[in-house]
Amino acid sequence: MQDENTVDAATPDTAVDPVEPDTVVDAAERETNGARRPDQSIVAYPDGPLLVRGDFEIVTPSGEPLPRNRKTVALCRCGASIIKPYCDGTHKLIGFRTDD
Amino acid sequence: MKQPLTRGPVSTALLDLLGSASADDPRAGEELQEPVFSALADTPDIAFDDDLQLTLFCLYELHYSGIEGVDDAWEWAPGLIGARRRIEQTFEEKMRAAVELPQRPRTNSGDVAAALFKMTAPDGGGGISRFAAKQASAEQLQEFLTHKSIYQLREADPHTWAIPRLRGRAKAALVEIQADEYGGGRPDRVHAELFAQAMRGAGLNPEFGGYVDDVPAITLATANLMSMFGLNRRLRGAIVGHLSAYEMTSSQPSRMYANGLRRAGFGDDVAEYFDEHVEADAVHEQIAGRDMAGGLVEAEPGLLDDVLFGAAAALAIETWLGDHIMAAWKEGRSSLQPQSSFAV
Repeated sequence: MQDENTVDAATPDTAVDPVEPDTVVDAAERETNGARRPDQSIVAYPDGPLLVRGDFEIVTPSGEPLPRNRKTVALCRCGASIIKPYCDGTHKLIGFRTDD
Repeated sequence: MKQPLTRGPVSTALLDLLGSASADDPRAGEELQEPVFSALADTPDIAFDDDLQLTLFCLYELHYSGIEGVDDAWEWAPGLIGARRRIEQTFEEKMRAAVELPQRPRTNSGDVAAALFKMTAPDGGGGISRFAAKQASAEQLQEFLTHKSIYQLREADPHTWAIPRLRGRAKAALVEIQADEYGGGRPDRVHAELFAQAMRGAGLNPEFGGYVDDVPAITLATANLMSMFGLNRRLRGAIVGHLSAYEMTSSQPSRMYANGLRRAGFGDDVAEYFDEHVEADAVHEQIAGRDMAGGLVEAEPGLLDDVLFGAAAALAIETWLGDHIMAAWKEGRSSLQPQSSFAV
């Protein structure tokens, strides 16, 4: 599915007739609205944390921003980190498994 | 760095040469061949050979920040490159013979990451970090920082050599890790700077190379191993494996070092470097295992053995250094050089 989207968005660049600017605009719109991947991503690493990338904020339940020292963060998924919500690698010591 | 004290015929020949001859002479550095050959023929164990490890450290330093009073043109003098390659060859052979590789995983990123995590699991916080957390004296912790300063004051640089040698997913992963190592655009968050802050806070010299004369060959060898892996494109699999092993053995030990430093009375300025690594390396180890090492092996399956070798070599040489330090401490001795001016 993702492959088809990528091909779709890329096709006009090579196939479009340069005298038809409308088609180019369509292609640009499609690229921003549809096929492009979002600016944020969460990757669930097997037996490990969730890695969060992109433009986001981590806040307390009352909305206060939590201290954040890096662009990409690892969020604890095993519950045993002592620096929650961040991961500190403890999942390896407790044998945490995600069964994926 | 400042000029180090020599430790035998080869390092003496090298530093004499760098101080007197001209790097522009096409035969520059040829004088080194003979002392290098005879030292390599005689050394019982290159990893613990003071003269050869110091020589290699100085040869690599020409590619990093240079040596005070030495013409920068020496960096690419053919005679020095030739000498470096001879020493590297013996060092690499030694490391390949010393390590045992695990059973080969399949060449997909998940299996490669799992194999690396398995290799590094026993180092989740044993040995020296446990001792540091519970028992080490303030002087022993200073000594530990002194050993670490040989690499940590330029942390991440040896692995950066690999960036142009990788492509695609593996490259993006390495750059993501390195950008974080270099502070993500904030000079005060550069890991090497955090380490310099720790050195200052502990009353130690924060200048790179300030303690080269004080550390034993095996400490220099830990730094030389990664320079060798980083500077030889042929060994790009090994430098990727090396970084993976470092990232995977850092989070938990860093917490123990931070605890030990605070227990011994050092301030947050000293512990912060280690606090930072608890969190940072829990991120990096995931990216390193799956995306960098796994991504590289998926792109170049022929590099699998070198990735595993790089990780195994990193673990082996760190174990040798840890054993050296613990053996000295158990006997109530300093683990630094006998003639070290460092007062502990």
